[in-house]
Amino acid sequence: MSDATQIGTSIGNKGAREGTAPLQAGVPQPGALDATPGQKLRRRIFGHAGVVIGGTVLFIIVMMAIFAPLISPADPFDQELSKKLIPPVWSDSAKATWEHPLGTDHLGRDYMSRLFYGARISLLIGFSAMLISGVIGTVLGVAAGYFGGRVDMVVNFIVTTRLSMPVVLVALAVVSLVGSSLTVVIWVLGLLIWDRFAVVMRSATQQVRNLDFVASAEALGSSRWYIVSREIMPNILNHLIVVGTLEMAHAILLEAALSFLGLGVQPPEPSWGLMIAEAKGMIFFDSWLIVIPGAALFMLVLAINLLGDGVRDITAPENRK
Amino acid sequence: MLYFALQRVGVAILVAITVSALTFSMIYLSGDPALALAGEGASNEDIENVRRAYGFDRPIYEQYFNWLWNALQGDFGRSNYLKSDVATVIFERLPTTMLLGACALTFALLLAIPLGVIAAIRPNSLIDRAALTLAVVGQAMPSFWFALTMMLWFAITWRVLPVSGNSTWAHFVMPSIALGYYVTPAVMRLTRAGMLEVLSSDYIRTAHAKGLPRMKVLFKHALRNAIIPVVSLAAVQFGFMLGGSIVIESIFRINGLGFLAWESIQRADLPMMQAIVLVLSVFYILLTLIADLLNAFLDPRIRVS
Amino acid sequence: MTASSDRSATADAPILEIRDLTVALPSSAERPYAVENLTFDVHPREILCVVGESGSGKSVTSLATMGLLAPGLSIATGSIHFEGTYTLTLGARAHNKLRGDRMSMIFQEPMTALNPSYTVGEQVEEVFQTHRPGMAASERRARALALFEEVRLPDPKRLARSFPHQLSGGQRQRIMIAMALALDPKLLIADEPTTALDVTTQAQILHLLKQLNQHHDAGIMFITHDFGVVAEIADRVIVMRHGRIVEQGTAQEVLNNAQHPYTQALINAVPRPADTADEAPDDENVVISVGGLSKTFHTPAGIFKPARTVHAVKDVSFTVRRGETLGIVGESGSGKTTLVRCLMRLLKPDAGSMTIGGVDFANLPSQALREHRKDIQIVFQDPYGSLNPRRSIGSQLMQGPRNFGVPRDEAMARVKRLLEIVRMPANSVDRYPNQFSGGQRQRLCIARALAVEPKVLIADEAVSALDVSIQKQVLKLINDIRDEFGLTVIFITHDLRVAAQVSDNVLVMQNGDVVESGPVHGIFNDPQHAYTKALLSAQPGLDWDIPTFEGAEDRVALAT
Repeated sequence: MSDATQIGTSIGNKGAREGTAPLQAGVPQPGALDATPGQKLRRRIFGHAGVVIGGTVLFIIVMMAIFAPLISPADPFDQELSKKLIPPVWSDSAKATWEHPLGTDHLGRDYMSRLFYGARISLLIGFSAMLISGVIGTVLGVAAGYFGGRVDMVVNFIVTTRLSMPVVLVALAVVSLVGSSLTVVIWVLGLLIWDRFAVVMRSATQQVRNLDFVASAEALGSSRWYIVSREIMPNILNHLIVVGTLEMAHAILLEAALSFLGLGVQPPEPSWGLMIAEAKGMIFFDSWLIVIPGAALFMLVLAINLLGDGVRDITAPENRK
Repeated sequence: MLYFALQRVGVAILVAITVSALTFSMIYLSGDPALALAGEGASNEDIENVRRAYGFDRPIYEQYFNWLWNALQGDFGRSNYLKSDVATVIFERLPTTMLLGACALTFALLLAIPLGVIAAIRPNSLIDRAALTLAVVGQAMPSFWFALTMMLWFAITWRVLPVSGNSTWAHFVMPSIALGYYVTPAVMRLTRAGMLEVLSSDYIRTAHAKGLPRMKVLFKHALRNAIIPVVSLAAVQFGFMLGGSIVIESIFRINGLGFLAWESIQRADLPMMQAIVLVLSVFYILLTLIADLLNAFLDPRIRVS
Repeated sequence: MTASSDRSATADAPILEIRDLTVALPSSAERPYAVENLTFDVHPREILCVVGESGSGKSVTSLATMGLLAPGLSIATGSIHFEGTYTLTLGARAHNKLRGDRMSMIFQEPMTALNPSYTVGEQVEEVFQTHRPGMAASERRARALALFEEVRLPDPKRLARSFPHQLSGGQRQRIMIAMALALDPKLLIADEPTTALDVTTQAQILHLLKQLNQHHDAGIMFITHDFGVVAEIADRVIVMRHGRIVEQGTAQEVLNNAQHPYTQALINAVPRPADTADEAPDDENVVISVGGLSKTFHTPAGIFKPARTVHAVKDVSFTVRRGETLGIVGESGSGKTTLVRCLMRLLKPDAGSMTIGGVDFANLPSQALREHRKDIQIVFQDPYGSLNPRRSIGSQLMQGPRNFGVPRDEAMARVKRLLEIVRMPANSVDRYPNQFSGGQRQRLCIARALAVEPKVLIADEAVSALDVSIQKQVLKLINDIRDEFGLTVIFITHDLRVAAQVSDNVLVMQNGDVVESGPVHGIFNDPQHAYTKALLSAQPGLDWDIPTFEGAEDRVALAT
């Protein structure tokens, strides 16, 4: 390798290379012992703005969801038509009251309570759908990457087939035919969005599989299961986490879209997508009804994506010192 | 190259057949399709009539091949809600959706490629950070919410654009942006990553060592190679957008395929739903096929082997 | 020493004068300067070799001269004059005028140095287009073809229309040279131009450069890490270490009478045939015997293309005795990698037998195979890919013995003993691969292989990725271990010199065939096959009688 590119691109990890002490290979380099991998990891995590911001926002939303019954000002299903369409407290309207900090919807339900309970639905669906799709995609992807050949061809074909079917449309059609419920939405999304897991896990596995330490493990008589679980998985885990966050965000957005189109979570459940759909008719006069759940959705997805990008940055080889 | 092309076409046909089988099997998701088609409160006799009329009493594979054979000839059956030929309705609506998709893609590419290139030329600069922020924000924005927010400002508060419908070009502005904006981050990231990779490659160093002016290095040598994967991505994203048009079209009441799909789903119009899913899937398959071939054509390493 | 050393003494004014050049690294780097206080000249018609190991700053020097320093590197002090012009304050435009016209450069990696999207003809013509905008298209074409002739490319007309991926590495490097010579530059910088090439191709390229050097006025700055190459082409030599020049002089002086201990240590590290006498063969102790081993790859016929068959390994037979080293030598595509994978049973051979300790390893069913895997172990080429970055060294090294039922404590004790043998500290077990250098990782890999107490150790290009000085230490370690444990070693390499240094017997492979085999002295002193002869004569610096400097390594270690 030309040493110019090495200096130009990877000054960070040059210390571990020959350059420093070509004639004393047996002696560990000073400085290599400064920090354990764990300490370094912590340092990288807290030095990354995206991870800190994303992590904080996600933490707040998760707390909102868990403690929704404790912190909600009212019952999210309680209708009080005499108090309908109260604007949030920051508006100029005389109707605004601290009793309903974010106002009420067209049925007089407390909007803040609905927002808190809505977080539960988004997180539950996002996480469960991500788990289902993660299992399917990882199994397919790792199998394709590890075995190659015919297995790879078959997996590729399945992925191509899946990709050619429009997600939103198929999800809507299936939900409408099977009948809508929380479980159905989770399973439909989980069974539809594993493609990225499969694609990324496949190429990551292929890369690791061709490295010599896998051949060494084979030569040392390690079993296939051992090689996949101990040699390959730890090296593709970072990709799995990154795709996991992306797909969780994706699932949350899809659920919101399905609910928005009336075929996801059904009323009176307080899904954020459904809240926006219900407020659609009031866009002319009571636009906060759209802005609030939309902003919440945006913040949640943004936080998850920031976290995912952060994991990618932190675990990227060029940033590991 | 010929072998490559034929192989891709073969795979595409196989995928299309698999998709058609999946689409066909959709009608059995609700249990008994005859029951669903006959509607609520139908008598047993009605249901049996429907079963015979639609051929649900015959073996499934026979039904499938019948359906596929008719579909190949452009006959997707009759819509039991609109009482008209499914194919006719679909091909009436298709151009509108294609126009919307094309506008959205143009918007996305015009925004994403220059941003991606600039971001790659000056990594970590202000523009790069702004572009990356835009990408992160864009990916997190629910498209329907973004559409409604735009509607709130441009159509309701400022009244510069029409709220909904599809009669003039102005009707397409907001929907195109709403649909295209969602594609922008992916294209921008790929352009940026591709440019960064190419710019650090040995042949760019060679081009500099030849004394080429910077602009020529950037555009003739770098962009030429970095753009190849973007072309495939654009085609694939176009396919996704056609599928995603259902949300945007139903918000803006654009009389395209997506809106039709939404209406059909709500009316439980099964033949129509099946036909739309199949048409959009085949479209996507064609697009990826074109993308693959285009890719091979642009990259001499595949073209000349 | 074919290049005439008297030419460097010509009174011509230097084309390139570098004075006190210091290039600063970004503050995050572990040393402040990439190069420090560099002073040297390049004269017309001379070949100046800049020698150094990785991290010595030799490439930074060349890029600074070309005005192509990576962002983040900046020139702190000093001056560069090119043909009398001070270049450090030149604007981008003025520098572009020089590059490709008055000064040009060839890079290490010919496979990636050409743009894959344009034909090589277009890429050469682009030089004329840029620097001679008035030149007619027909003349550009004619001159490009003439250049292709000059660098001895076959069928220039057809070649000009080819894309880079259709050409071999050697052909691409010739294209690069043609491009660099297009406008008859005054200075040609060649940055390790032959390192990525096979040795026979390297010999051709070196020969070409020497010839061109006689017809053009250019001074050549040739960067290399290989003293063999230096001996082959240099008029003058600069030796760099850690960004500083430690020694410079004529090729004669440096090669045969090096003064600085570092130069001496580098020259000591140049592989040379060992002078151990062949021991009497002792047939009782055959450890591994391979007979008629073959492996063929079939690409099944598609609907539209015929089946393809590649005979990667054809009918290979050999035996190796206990305590002996067999060197297997071949260039890329010779089938040695496939052979290794068959020997390890990472691939199943199509035909033939392979007996280790009485068991036919080649035909074992998979369950029995796992039990016998420990008999044959391997050390790979790439030190960065052969350890799992996510697992501690201890856990990886213990895995082998654990697979074969050794209890945990015992496995750990064995690993610690082995670490001592490969001269690594015992606390390595708790650390991770990224805390070790390439040479250290190869030691760890050797320890991992030894942990299952194999009968045969395969070293697959195990030292090729290392700097020469490290290379020498690892080679010595492998030899020591072989003698100490009575191991049988199969040493795979592309480098005849290395094979000669460590092997008792040598097997030369070409296109999957064994073309010649026998005791190392016989092969080297009396090669029979044309290919072996070609390989031998392609070794750079054959005429150089490599001196040995006693104790130079110790003096360098002290000086650090």
